[in-house]
Amino acid sequence: MSGEVESQAHHGGYFVAKSQLLSADDVVRALKRMGHEMIERNHGTESLSVIGLQSGGVVFAQRIAEILADITGVAVATGQLDVSFYRDDLSSNPVPRLATTLINHDMTGRTVILVDDVLFTGRTIRAALNALSDWGRPASVQLAVMVDRGHRELPIRPDFVGKNLPTAREEAIVATLDGVWIGTKEVS
Amino acid sequence: MIDSIRGRSLLTLNDLSRDGILEVLDAAESFVEVNQRAIKKVPALKGRVVASLFFEESTRTRLSFETAAKRLSADVLSLAVASSSMKKGESLRDTIATIDALGIDAVVMRHRSSGAALQVKRYVPHVRVINAGDGQHQHPTQGLLDVFTIRQTLAERRGITASETGASLFEGLRILIVGDIRHSRVARSDVAAYATLGADVRVAGPGTLMPVDIADWPVRVVEDFDEAIEWADVVGLLRLQHERGTGSFVPSLDEYTFTHGLTWARAKRLREGALIMHPGPMNRGVEIDSRVADLPAAVINRQVHNGVPVRMAVLYLSVAGVDGGVDQ
Repeated sequence: MSGEVESQAHHGGYFVAKSQLLSADDVVRALKRMGHEMIERNHGTESLSVIGLQSGGVVFAQRIAEILADITGVAVATGQLDVSFYRDDLSSNPVPRLATTLINHDMTGRTVILVDDVLFTGRTIRAALNALSDWGRPASVQLAVMVDRGHRELPIRPDFVGKNLPTAREEAIVATLDGVWIGTKEVS
Repeated sequence: MIDSIRGRSLLTLNDLSRDGILEVLDAAESFVEVNQRAIKKVPALKGRVVASLFFEESTRTRLSFETAAKRLSADVLSLAVASSSMKKGESLRDTIATIDALGIDAVVMRHRSSGAALQVKRYVPHVRVINAGDGQHQHPTQGLLDVFTIRQTLAERRGITASETGASLFEGLRILIVGDIRHSRVARSDVAAYATLGADVRVAGPGTLMPVDIADWPVRVVEDFDEAIEWADVVGLLRLQHERGTGSFVPSLDEYTFTHGLTWARAKRLREGALIMHPGPMNRGVEIDSRVADLPAAVINRQVHNGVPVRMAVLYLSVAGVDGGVDQ
Protein backbone atom coordinates (compact mmCIF):
# COMPACT_ATOMS: atom_id res chain seq x y z
CA MET A 1 0.00 0.00 0.00
CA SER A 2 1.35 3.36 -0.93
CA GLY A 3 -0.04 6.84 -1.28
CA GLU A 4 -3.70 7.17 -0.44
CA VAL A 5 -5.34 4.52 1.65
CA GLU A 6 -9.11 4.59 1.69
CA SER A 7 -10.42 4.05 5.17
CA GLN A 8 -13.95 3.59 6.45
CA ALA A 9 -12.80 4.59 9.90
CA HIS A 10 -12.43 8.12 8.63
CA HIS A 11 -15.82 8.68 7.08
CA GLY A 12 -16.28 11.98 5.37
CA GLY A 13 -12.65 12.10 4.30
CA TYR A 14 -9.77 9.98 3.16
CA PHE A 15 -6.44 8.94 4.62
CA VAL A 16 -3.08 9.95 3.21
CA ALA A 17 -0.27 7.74 4.55
CA LYS A 18 2.98 9.36 5.65
CA SER A 19 4.87 6.30 6.73
CA GLN A 20 4.36 2.65 7.50
CA LEU A 21 5.03 1.74 11.13
CA LEU A 22 4.31 -1.99 11.16
CA SER A 23 4.46 -4.56 8.38
CA ALA A 24 1.93 -7.33 7.85
CA ASP A 25 4.36 -9.73 9.57
CA ASP A 26 4.69 -7.40 12.56
CA VAL A 27 0.90 -7.31 12.87
CA VAL A 28 0.59 -11.11 12.85
CA ARG A 29 3.39 -11.47 15.42
CA ALA A 30 1.65 -8.96 17.70
CA LEU A 31 -1.68 -10.74 17.33
CA LYS A 32 -0.08 -14.10 18.17
CA ARG A 33 1.45 -12.65 21.32
CA MET A 34 -1.92 -11.16 22.28
CA GLY A 35 -3.54 -14.57 21.73
CA HIS A 36 -1.11 -16.20 24.15
CA GLU A 37 -1.71 -13.41 26.68
CA MET A 38 -5.49 -13.96 26.43
CA ILE A 39 -5.13 -17.68 27.11
CA GLU A 40 -2.73 -17.10 29.98
CA ARG A 41 -4.92 -14.51 31.63
CA ASN A 42 -8.18 -16.43 31.20
CA HIS A 43 -6.76 -19.95 31.82
CA GLY A 44 -7.98 -21.19 28.43
CA THR A 45 -10.65 -20.09 26.00
CA GLU A 46 -13.80 -21.99 27.07
CA SER A 47 -15.75 -19.00 28.38
CA LEU A 48 -14.35 -16.47 25.90
CA SER A 49 -16.36 -14.51 23.32
CA VAL A 50 -14.20 -12.57 20.89
CA ILE A 51 -16.24 -9.66 19.57
CA GLY A 52 -14.92 -7.39 16.82
CA LEU A 53 -16.13 -3.80 16.67
CA GLN A 54 -17.44 -2.63 13.31
CA SER A 55 -15.85 -1.92 11.09
CA GLY A 56 -12.08 -1.87 11.77
CA GLY A 57 -12.02 -4.40 14.60
CA VAL A 58 -13.79 -7.24 12.81
CA VAL A 59 -10.82 -8.57 10.83
CA PHE A 60 -8.60 -8.47 13.91
CA ALA A 61 -11.19 -10.37 15.95
CA GLN A 62 -11.41 -13.03 13.25
CA ARG A 63 -7.62 -13.37 13.08
CA ILE A 64 -7.34 -13.56 16.87
CA ALA A 65 -10.06 -16.23 16.99
CA GLU A 66 -8.10 -18.24 14.41
CA ILE A 67 -4.93 -17.87 16.45
CA LEU A 68 -6.69 -18.97 19.65
CA ALA A 69 -8.14 -21.98 17.83
CA ASP A 70 -4.68 -22.85 16.47
CA ILE A 71 -3.13 -22.76 19.92
CA THR A 72 -5.84 -24.64 21.85
CA GLY A 73 -7.35 -26.74 19.06
CA VAL A 74 -10.85 -25.59 20.07
CA ALA A 75 -13.02 -23.08 18.20
CA VAL A 76 -13.81 -19.85 20.04
CA ALA A 77 -17.18 -18.05 20.12
CA THR A 78 -17.04 -14.91 17.97
CA GLY A 79 -19.26 -12.04 16.91
CA GLN A 80 -19.28 -8.55 15.59
CA LEU A 81 -20.82 -5.44 17.08
CA ASP A 82 -21.89 -2.17 15.45
CA VAL A 83 -22.02 0.65 17.99
CA SER A 84 -23.34 3.43 15.72
CA PHE A 85 -26.65 3.74 17.55
CA TYR A 86 -24.90 4.04 20.91
CA ARG A 87 -22.49 6.86 20.09
CA ASP A 88 -22.67 10.08 22.09
CA ASP A 89 -21.53 12.24 19.17
CA LEU A 90 -24.43 11.55 16.82
CA SER A 91 -25.52 15.17 16.95
CA SER A 92 -22.14 16.63 16.08
CA ASN A 93 -20.78 14.05 13.64
CA PRO A 94 -22.22 12.91 10.35
CA VAL A 95 -24.41 9.85 10.73
CA PRO A 96 -21.91 7.00 10.67
CA ARG A 97 -21.97 4.22 8.12
CA LEU A 98 -24.18 1.53 9.51
CA ALA A 99 -22.88 -2.01 9.72
CA THR A 100 -24.23 -5.29 10.96
CA THR A 101 -24.26 -6.64 14.48
CA LEU A 102 -23.87 -10.40 14.51
CA ILE A 103 -23.98 -12.06 17.91
CA ASN A 104 -25.58 -15.48 18.00
CA HIS A 105 -24.81 -16.58 21.54
CA ASP A 106 -25.83 -15.31 24.96
CA MET A 107 -23.17 -13.14 26.57
CA THR A 108 -24.37 -13.76 30.10
CA GLY A 109 -21.67 -15.28 32.28
CA ARG A 110 -19.01 -15.20 29.57
CA THR A 111 -15.75 -13.29 29.36
CA VAL A 112 -16.11 -10.94 26.43
CA ILE A 113 -12.99 -9.67 24.67
CA LEU A 114 -13.81 -6.58 22.63
CA VAL A 115 -11.42 -6.17 19.72
CA ASP A 116 -10.83 -2.92 17.86
CA ASP A 117 -8.21 -1.66 15.44
CA VAL A 118 -7.21 1.65 17.05
CA LEU A 119 -7.88 2.90 20.59
CA PHE A 120 -8.04 6.70 20.66
CA THR A 121 -10.49 8.73 22.79
CA GLY A 122 -12.20 5.63 24.21
CA ARG A 123 -15.66 6.78 23.14
CA THR A 124 -16.22 3.86 20.79
CA ILE A 125 -15.45 1.49 23.64
CA ARG A 126 -17.87 3.31 25.94
CA ALA A 127 -20.55 2.92 23.25
CA ALA A 128 -19.60 -0.76 22.88
CA LEU A 129 -19.97 -1.37 26.62
CA ASN A 130 -23.46 0.14 26.52
CA ALA A 131 -24.38 -1.90 23.46
CA LEU A 132 -23.08 -5.06 25.07
CA SER A 133 -25.41 -4.65 28.04
CA ASP A 134 -28.36 -5.15 25.66
CA TRP A 135 -26.98 -8.59 24.80
CA GLY A 136 -26.70 -10.03 28.27
CA ARG A 137 -24.52 -9.65 31.35
CA PRO A 138 -20.97 -10.82 30.73
CA ALA A 139 -18.98 -12.04 33.72
CA SER A 140 -16.23 -9.65 32.63
CA VAL A 141 -15.23 -7.57 29.64
CA GLN A 142 -11.66 -7.19 28.38
CA LEU A 143 -10.34 -4.95 25.66
CA ALA A 144 -7.85 -5.81 22.93
CA VAL A 145 -6.63 -3.23 20.41
CA MET A 146 -4.08 -3.43 17.62
CA VAL A 147 -2.86 0.11 18.25
CA ASP A 148 -3.17 2.29 21.34
CA ARG A 149 -2.48 5.84 20.20
CA GLY A 150 -3.27 7.68 23.46
CA HIS A 151 -5.42 10.81 23.93
CA ARG A 152 -8.04 9.09 26.09
CA GLU A 153 -11.08 11.15 27.08
CA LEU A 154 -12.62 8.47 29.30
CA PRO A 155 -11.30 6.18 32.05
CA ILE A 156 -10.79 3.24 29.69
CA ARG A 157 -7.62 1.16 29.31
CA PRO A 158 -6.84 -1.82 27.08
CA ASP A 159 -5.96 -5.27 28.48
CA PHE A 160 -4.14 -6.45 25.36
CA VAL A 161 -2.23 -4.08 23.09
CA GLY A 162 -0.59 -4.86 19.75
CA LYS A 163 1.49 -1.71 19.70
CA ASN A 164 1.63 1.52 21.71
CA LEU A 165 2.07 4.44 19.32
CA PRO A 166 2.41 7.95 20.71
CA THR A 167 0.72 10.27 18.22
CA ALA A 168 -0.30 13.87 17.82
CA ARG A 169 -4.03 14.45 18.05
CA GLU A 170 -4.35 15.66 14.46
CA GLU A 171 -2.53 12.67 13.03
CA ALA A 172 -4.44 9.66 11.77
CA ILE A 173 -3.68 5.94 12.11
CA VAL A 174 -4.81 3.14 9.87
CA ALA A 175 -4.41 -0.42 11.14
CA THR A 176 -5.29 -3.44 9.03
CA LEU A 177 -3.95 -6.98 8.70
CA ASP A 178 -1.68 -5.58 5.97
CA GLY A 179 0.12 -3.25 8.35
CA VAL A 180 -0.11 -0.03 10.33
CA TRP A 181 0.31 3.43 8.82
CA ILE A 182 0.51 6.93 10.23
CA GLY A 183 -0.63 9.87 8.16
CA THR A 184 -3.21 12.59 7.96
CA LYS A 185 -6.92 12.72 7.33
CA GLU A 186 -7.87 14.85 4.38
CA VAL A 187 -11.36 16.18 3.82
CA SER A 188 -12.72 15.02 0.50
CA MET B 1 -32.67 16.21 -6.29
CA ILE B 2 -31.74 15.46 -2.68
CA ASP B 3 -29.01 12.84 -2.23
CA SER B 4 -29.57 12.21 1.46
CA ILE B 5 -32.30 12.89 4.01
CA ARG B 6 -29.69 13.29 6.76
CA GLY B 7 -30.72 16.21 8.90
CA ARG B 8 -33.57 17.08 6.57
CA SER B 9 -37.32 16.86 6.42
CA LEU B 10 -38.97 14.15 4.32
CA LEU B 11 -41.94 15.63 2.50
CA THR B 12 -41.96 13.86 -0.86
CA LEU B 13 -40.15 11.15 -2.80
CA ASN B 14 -40.31 13.18 -6.01
CA ASP B 15 -37.00 14.89 -5.30
CA LEU B 16 -35.15 12.07 -3.52
CA SER B 17 -32.37 10.60 -5.64
CA ARG B 18 -31.43 6.96 -6.11
CA ASP B 19 -28.63 7.32 -3.53
CA GLY B 20 -30.98 9.01 -1.11
CA ILE B 21 -33.44 6.11 -1.36
CA LEU B 22 -30.74 3.46 -1.07
CA GLU B 23 -29.33 5.12 2.04
CA VAL B 24 -32.69 4.71 3.77
CA LEU B 25 -33.04 1.10 2.60
CA ASP B 26 -29.57 0.16 3.84
CA ALA B 27 -30.13 1.85 7.20
CA ALA B 28 -33.45 0.00 7.47
CA GLU B 29 -31.58 -3.31 7.02
CA SER B 30 -29.62 -2.46 10.19
CA PHE B 31 -32.85 -1.76 12.02
CA VAL B 32 -34.35 -5.08 10.93
CA GLU B 33 -31.55 -6.65 12.95
CA VAL B 34 -32.31 -4.38 15.94
CA ASN B 35 -35.95 -5.46 15.75
CA GLN B 36 -34.93 -9.11 16.05
CA ARG B 37 -33.03 -8.57 19.29
CA ALA B 38 -34.36 -9.51 22.70
CA ILE B 39 -34.04 -5.82 23.65
CA LYS B 40 -35.46 -3.99 20.64
CA LYS B 41 -34.23 -0.58 21.60
CA VAL B 42 -31.17 1.54 20.85
CA PRO B 43 -30.35 4.93 22.35
CA ALA B 44 -29.77 6.71 19.02
CA LEU B 45 -32.43 9.40 19.56
CA LYS B 46 -32.25 9.57 23.35
CA GLY B 47 -33.40 12.99 24.54
CA ARG B 48 -34.99 13.91 21.21
CA VAL B 49 -38.68 14.67 21.07
CA VAL B 50 -40.84 13.49 18.18
CA ALA B 51 -44.38 14.83 17.94
CA SER B 52 -46.87 12.56 16.27
CA LEU B 53 -49.74 14.54 14.78
CA PHE B 54 -52.40 12.56 12.97
CA PHE B 55 -55.18 14.84 11.77
CA GLU B 56 -56.57 11.96 9.74
CA GLU B 57 -57.30 8.49 11.07
CA SER B 58 -54.64 5.83 10.74
CA THR B 59 -53.77 2.53 12.34
CA ARG B 60 -50.59 1.10 10.91
CA THR B 61 -48.78 4.29 9.99
CA ARG B 62 -49.31 5.89 13.35
CA LEU B 63 -48.49 2.79 15.35
CA SER B 64 -45.41 1.99 13.35
CA PHE B 65 -44.08 5.56 13.50
CA GLU B 66 -44.58 5.70 17.25
CA THR B 67 -43.04 2.24 17.71
CA ALA B 68 -40.10 3.31 15.56
CA ALA B 69 -39.53 6.50 17.56
CA LYS B 70 -39.71 4.60 20.86
CA ARG B 71 -37.27 1.93 19.70
CA LEU B 72 -34.83 4.74 18.96
CA SER B 73 -35.37 6.00 22.54
CA ALA B 74 -37.00 9.26 21.42
CA ASP B 75 -39.75 10.78 23.53
CA VAL B 76 -43.03 10.75 21.66
CA LEU B 77 -45.62 13.49 22.01
CA SER B 78 -48.81 12.14 20.59
CA LEU B 79 -51.64 14.51 19.80
CA ALA B 80 -55.07 12.95 19.77
CA VAL B 81 -56.71 15.41 17.44
CA ALA B 82 -60.25 14.37 18.38
CA SER B 83 -59.72 15.51 21.97
CA SER B 84 -57.44 18.48 21.24
CA SER B 85 -58.10 22.19 21.03
CA MET B 86 -58.43 21.85 17.25
CA LYS B 87 -61.97 20.77 18.06
CA LYS B 88 -62.46 24.22 19.59
CA GLY B 89 -61.38 25.80 16.33
CA GLU B 90 -57.65 26.26 16.87
CA SER B 91 -55.83 26.60 13.54
CA LEU B 92 -53.11 24.27 12.30
CA ARG B 93 -50.61 27.10 12.62
CA ASP B 94 -51.45 27.77 16.27
CA THR B 95 -51.48 24.08 17.12
CA ILE B 96 -48.02 23.65 15.62
CA ALA B 97 -46.76 26.77 17.41
CA THR B 98 -48.02 25.36 20.71
CA ILE B 99 -46.32 22.02 20.22
CA ASP B 100 -43.15 23.72 19.05
CA ALA B 101 -43.15 25.82 22.21
CA LEU B 102 -42.91 22.60 24.22
CA GLY B 103 -39.62 21.87 22.46
CA ILE B 104 -39.63 19.27 19.71
CA ASP B 105 -37.06 17.99 17.24
CA ALA B 106 -39.36 16.43 14.69
CA VAL B 107 -42.98 16.27 13.66
CA VAL B 108 -44.56 13.23 12.05
CA MET B 109 -47.74 14.45 10.45
CA ARG B 110 -50.70 13.13 8.56
CA HIS B 111 -53.29 15.55 7.22
CA ARG B 112 -56.18 15.39 4.78
CA SER B 113 -54.88 18.41 2.83
CA SER B 114 -52.24 18.02 0.15
CA GLY B 115 -49.22 20.17 0.98
CA ALA B 116 -49.97 20.33 4.71
CA ALA B 117 -46.54 18.92 5.62
CA LEU B 118 -44.77 21.54 3.53
CA GLN B 119 -46.90 24.23 5.18
CA VAL B 120 -45.85 23.02 8.65
CA LYS B 121 -42.23 23.00 7.49
CA ARG B 122 -42.67 26.69 6.67
CA TYR B 123 -44.21 27.43 10.08
CA VAL B 124 -41.37 25.73 11.99
CA PRO B 125 -38.30 25.62 9.70
CA HIS B 126 -36.02 24.42 12.54
CA VAL B 127 -38.07 21.25 13.07
CA ARG B 128 -37.70 18.13 10.88
CA VAL B 129 -41.04 17.34 9.32
CA ILE B 130 -41.78 13.76 8.28
CA ASN B 131 -44.78 13.53 6.02
CA ALA B 132 -46.94 10.59 7.05
CA GLY B 133 -49.45 11.26 4.28
CA ASP B 134 -50.84 14.58 3.07
CA GLY B 135 -54.14 14.42 1.21
CA GLN B 136 -53.69 13.08 -2.28
CA HIS B 137 -50.10 14.26 -2.54
CA GLN B 138 -47.46 11.98 -0.99
CA HIS B 139 -46.88 9.22 1.55
CA PRO B 140 -43.09 8.93 1.36
CA THR B 141 -42.49 6.34 4.09
CA GLN B 142 -45.05 4.03 2.47
CA GLY B 143 -43.17 4.36 -0.83
CA LEU B 144 -39.89 3.58 0.94
CA LEU B 145 -41.26 0.55 2.75
CA ASP B 146 -42.74 -0.73 -0.51
CA VAL B 147 -39.37 -0.59 -2.29
CA PHE B 148 -37.75 -2.05 0.82
CA THR B 149 -40.23 -4.95 0.85
CA ILE B 150 -39.71 -5.69 -2.86
CA ARG B 151 -35.92 -5.61 -2.54
CA GLN B 152 -35.94 -7.74 0.61
CA THR B 153 -38.28 -10.36 -0.86
CA LEU B 154 -36.47 -10.64 -4.20
CA ALA B 155 -33.04 -10.73 -2.53
CA GLU B 156 -34.22 -13.46 -0.15
CA ARG B 157 -35.42 -15.59 -3.05
CA ARG B 158 -32.05 -15.29 -4.73
CA GLY B 159 -30.26 -15.98 -1.46
CA ILE B 160 -28.31 -12.72 -1.47
CA THR B 161 -27.93 -9.83 0.96
CA ALA B 162 -30.36 -7.05 0.08
CA SER B 163 -27.97 -4.19 0.87
CA GLU B 164 -25.38 -5.60 -1.54
CA THR B 165 -27.81 -5.47 -4.45
CA GLY B 166 -28.15 -1.68 -4.42
CA ALA B 167 -30.85 -0.85 -6.94
CA SER B 168 -29.97 -3.69 -9.32
CA LEU B 169 -33.07 -5.76 -8.52
CA PHE B 170 -35.23 -2.87 -9.73
CA GLU B 171 -33.64 -2.46 -13.14
CA GLY B 172 -36.35 -3.39 -15.60
CA LEU B 173 -38.58 -4.83 -12.85
CA ARG B 174 -42.15 -4.82 -14.18
CA ILE B 175 -44.43 -3.13 -11.68
CA LEU B 176 -48.14 -2.67 -12.27
CA ILE B 177 -50.13 -0.33 -10.02
CA VAL B 178 -53.88 -0.84 -10.19
CA GLY B 179 -56.83 1.11 -8.95
CA ASP B 180 -57.64 4.58 -7.74
CA ILE B 181 -54.49 6.30 -8.95
CA ARG B 182 -56.20 9.68 -8.95
CA HIS B 183 -56.77 9.97 -5.21
CA SER B 184 -53.78 7.93 -4.08
CA ARG B 185 -50.80 9.49 -2.32
CA VAL B 186 -49.37 5.98 -2.05
CA ALA B 187 -49.37 5.66 -5.85
CA ARG B 188 -47.57 8.99 -6.19
CA SER B 189 -44.85 8.02 -3.71
CA ASP B 190 -44.55 4.48 -5.08
CA VAL B 191 -44.23 5.63 -8.67
CA ALA B 192 -41.57 8.16 -7.74
CA ALA B 193 -39.49 5.57 -5.87
CA TYR B 194 -39.93 2.75 -8.40
CA ALA B 195 -39.10 4.98 -11.36
CA THR B 196 -36.05 6.51 -9.62
CA LEU B 197 -34.69 3.00 -8.99
CA GLY B 198 -35.12 2.05 -12.64
CA ALA B 199 -38.28 -0.07 -12.66
CA ASP B 200 -40.68 -0.26 -15.60
CA VAL B 201 -43.86 1.11 -14.06
CA ARG B 202 -47.34 0.84 -15.54
CA VAL B 203 -50.68 1.87 -14.10
CA ALA B 204 -54.16 0.61 -14.70
CA GLY B 205 -57.56 1.75 -13.50
CA PRO B 206 -60.91 3.11 -14.61
CA GLY B 207 -60.47 6.25 -16.72
CA THR B 208 -62.32 8.26 -14.11
CA LEU B 209 -59.72 7.30 -11.48
CA MET B 210 -56.70 8.41 -13.54
CA PRO B 211 -55.15 11.71 -12.49
CA VAL B 212 -55.52 14.51 -15.04
CA ASP B 213 -51.74 14.97 -15.22
CA ILE B 214 -50.93 11.27 -15.75
CA ALA B 215 -49.10 12.13 -19.00
CA ASP B 216 -46.37 13.80 -16.88
CA TRP B 217 -45.81 10.71 -14.71
CA PRO B 218 -42.89 8.36 -15.48
CA VAL B 219 -45.35 5.54 -16.23
CA ARG B 220 -47.26 3.98 -19.06
CA VAL B 221 -51.05 3.75 -18.77
CA VAL B 222 -52.36 0.27 -19.49
CA GLU B 223 -55.80 0.00 -21.05
CA ASP B 224 -56.28 -3.73 -20.55
CA PHE B 225 -55.75 -4.82 -16.96
CA ASP B 226 -56.31 -8.47 -17.87
CA GLU B 227 -53.43 -8.37 -20.31
CA ALA B 228 -51.11 -6.50 -17.96
CA ILE B 229 -51.63 -9.02 -15.18
CA GLU B 230 -49.59 -11.56 -17.15
CA TRP B 231 -46.84 -9.01 -17.70
CA ALA B 232 -46.20 -7.86 -14.14
CA ASP B 233 -43.53 -9.01 -11.68
CA VAL B 234 -45.21 -6.94 -8.96
CA VAL B 235 -48.88 -5.97 -8.72
CA GLY B 236 -49.53 -3.06 -6.39
CA LEU B 237 -53.16 -2.69 -5.44
CA LEU B 238 -54.72 0.48 -4.06
CA ARG B 239 -57.66 0.96 -1.80
CA LEU B 240 -60.87 2.47 -3.14
CA GLN B 241 -61.07 5.58 -1.02
CA HIS B 242 -64.66 6.17 -0.06
CA GLU B 243 -63.69 9.12 2.14
CA ARG B 244 -62.28 10.90 -0.90
CA GLY B 245 -65.46 10.33 -2.89
CA THR B 246 -64.33 7.42 -5.01
CA GLY B 247 -67.89 6.17 -4.97
CA SER B 248 -68.99 8.77 -7.50
CA PHE B 249 -66.17 7.81 -9.90
CA VAL B 250 -67.20 4.19 -10.36
CA PRO B 251 -70.71 2.98 -11.20
CA SER B 252 -70.66 0.37 -8.42
CA LEU B 253 -68.20 -1.54 -6.29
CA ASP B 254 -69.20 -4.76 -8.01
CA GLU B 255 -68.42 -3.28 -11.38
CA TYR B 256 -65.04 -2.08 -10.11
CA THR B 257 -64.26 -5.59 -8.84
CA PHE B 258 -65.33 -6.98 -12.21
CA THR B 259 -63.06 -4.69 -14.23
CA HIS B 260 -60.11 -3.98 -11.89
CA GLY B 261 -60.33 -6.21 -8.82
CA LEU B 262 -57.64 -8.82 -8.25
CA THR B 263 -60.06 -11.72 -8.33
CA TRP B 264 -59.22 -15.37 -7.84
CA ALA B 265 -59.46 -15.92 -11.60
CA ARG B 266 -57.01 -13.08 -12.32
CA ALA B 267 -54.63 -14.14 -9.56
CA LYS B 268 -54.28 -17.55 -11.23
CA ARG B 269 -52.96 -15.82 -14.36
CA LEU B 270 -50.15 -13.99 -12.53
CA ARG B 271 -46.60 -14.80 -13.51
CA GLU B 272 -44.84 -17.36 -11.37
CA GLY B 273 -43.24 -15.60 -8.42
CA ALA B 274 -45.16 -12.35 -8.92
CA LEU B 275 -45.67 -10.28 -5.77
CA ILE B 276 -49.01 -8.87 -4.67
CA MET B 277 -48.85 -5.70 -2.60
CA HIS B 278 -51.42 -3.54 -0.86
CA PRO B 279 -50.73 -0.56 1.42
CA GLY B 280 -53.77 -1.37 3.60
CA PRO B 281 -56.35 -1.09 4.87
CA MET B 282 -57.81 -3.60 2.42
CA ASN B 283 -61.39 -3.74 1.23
CA ARG B 284 -61.52 -7.51 0.94
CA GLY B 285 -63.87 -8.49 -1.84
CA VAL B 286 -63.56 -5.12 -3.60
CA GLU B 287 -60.05 -4.45 -4.92
CA ILE B 288 -58.74 -7.83 -3.77
CA ASP B 289 -60.40 -11.20 -3.33
CA SER B 290 -60.15 -12.35 0.26
CA ARG B 291 -58.44 -15.62 -0.75
CA VAL B 292 -55.92 -13.75 -2.89
CA ALA B 293 -54.97 -11.54 0.05
CA ASP B 294 -53.93 -14.65 1.95
CA LEU B 295 -51.83 -16.23 -0.81
CA PRO B 296 -48.08 -16.62 -0.17
CA ALA B 297 -47.52 -14.25 -3.11
CA ALA B 298 -49.22 -11.48 -1.11
CA VAL B 299 -46.56 -9.66 0.90
CA ILE B 300 -49.09 -7.37 2.57
CA ASN B 301 -48.24 -8.34 6.14
CA ARG B 302 -44.56 -8.06 5.34
CA GLN B 303 -45.20 -4.48 4.21
CA VAL B 304 -46.72 -3.70 7.60
CA HIS B 305 -43.88 -5.52 9.36
CA ASN B 306 -41.27 -3.50 7.47
CA GLY B 307 -42.96 -0.26 8.44
CA VAL B 308 -41.10 -0.14 11.74
CA PRO B 309 -37.49 -0.59 10.52
CA VAL B 310 -38.03 1.72 7.53
CA ARG B 311 -39.51 4.44 9.72
CA MET B 312 -36.70 3.94 12.24
CA ALA B 313 -34.26 4.55 9.39
CA VAL B 314 -36.09 7.69 8.29
CA LEU B 315 -36.29 9.10 11.81
CA TYR B 316 -32.69 8.16 12.56
CA LEU B 317 -31.24 9.76 9.43
CA SER B 318 -33.47 12.80 9.57
CA VAL B 319 -33.37 13.58 13.27
CA ALA B 320 -29.89 12.36 14.32
CA GLY B 321 -28.27 13.62 11.15
CA VAL B 322 -26.78 17.03 10.64
CA ASP B 323 -27.55 18.66 7.36
CA GLY B 324 -24.87 20.41 5.36
CA GLY B 325 -27.38 22.26 3.24
CA VAL B 326 -30.63 24.11 3.75
CA ASP B 327 -34.01 22.51 3.36
CA GLN B 328 -35.89 23.40 0.21
